[in-house]
Amino acid sequence: MDDQWTVAGRTFTSRLIVGTGKYKSFEENAAAVEASGAEIVTVAVRRVNVSDPGQPLLTDYIDPKRYSYLPNTAGCYTAEEAVRTLRLAREAGGWDLVKLEVLGEAKTLYPDMRETLKATEILARDGFKPMVYCVDDPIAAKQLEEAGAVAVMPLGAPIGSGLGIQNRVTVRLIVEGAKVPVIVDAGVGTASDAAIAMELGCDGVLMNTAIAEAKNPVMMARAMKAAVEAGRLAYLAGRMGKRRYADPSSPLAGLI
Amino acid sequence: MNQETISIRVNGEPRRVRAGISVADLARELGLDVAKIAVERNREIAPRSALAGIAVEEGDEYEIVTFVGGG
Repeated sequence: MDDQWTVAGRTFTSRLIVGTGKYKSFEENAAAVEASGAEIVTVAVRRVNVSDPGQPLLTDYIDPKRYSYLPNTAGCYTAEEAVRTLRLAREAGGWDLVKLEVLGEAKTLYPDMRETLKATEILARDGFKPMVYCVDDPIAAKQLEEAGAVAVMPLGAPIGSGLGIQNRVTVRLIVEGAKVPVIVDAGVGTASDAAIAMELGCDGVLMNTAIAEAKNPVMMARAMKAAVEAGRLAYLAGRMGKRRYADPSSPLAGLI
Repeated sequence: MNQETISIRVNGEPRRVRAGISVADLARELGLDVAKIAVERNREIAPRSALAGIAVEEGDEYEIVTFVGGG
């Protein structure tokens, strides 16, 4: 089935975007990314280790020519820090498709939407294509889109919590109102959570901890791949209506 | 050979380097592959293509970054 999706003019087949943090080793990380079937991986931008420059790098294990690197602004609490980080990322990798996240507080890692909106405007003016982590608020999602977000990425639950999609109503409202792709970013804990996001009509799901902290990350990556595909198919197939009571599947006629 | 040194900061740490070197020289001396890093000099991006032509000067502050795992 031909079911691709497009963000900022770039077309992808896999609807699963995976992070590259929290893995025990680069080898395990690379194997999990492979098993997930993801075409886009998120990465962070950090100071090089000047005291030990010989250490292996992420790029040695996850080839940026094979996977689209999506640099993030994790750890940034102001628009200024986020924009500065992404300008460095663009210089390091040459990519303009980026993941913007501007955090409000360490405890919840909830986005600061005032700073997020400000950063989105600056980045769009500066030629970036920002995919934006945001609250699950349909109005905020519209404002981001107007500001130049090429995708809106509402949280399903707090980053790293694994609590699943907490508010299906608001995620569905965002999907219905958006003209850009909607990606659930954060909160997925297990395969059914990813399937729910896709059944709500999201264009994709972005996750890191659910795979990295699974007892078997590579197997969980496979599970997530299957879940995203299953959820997408179920959305496209159109689920049955809900009834308040039972409706027999076997004919009533001809009963002995 | 000119042994005069100047004082700069790299990723927040003070450092002394030979006077007259370029930013590309600095990266090499730090053991870094310029193809895998980005350099900010005094809060301005120093484009990779220009690193060999930018002189390191007394008091310069550098941020040198690369990609690491993240979500």
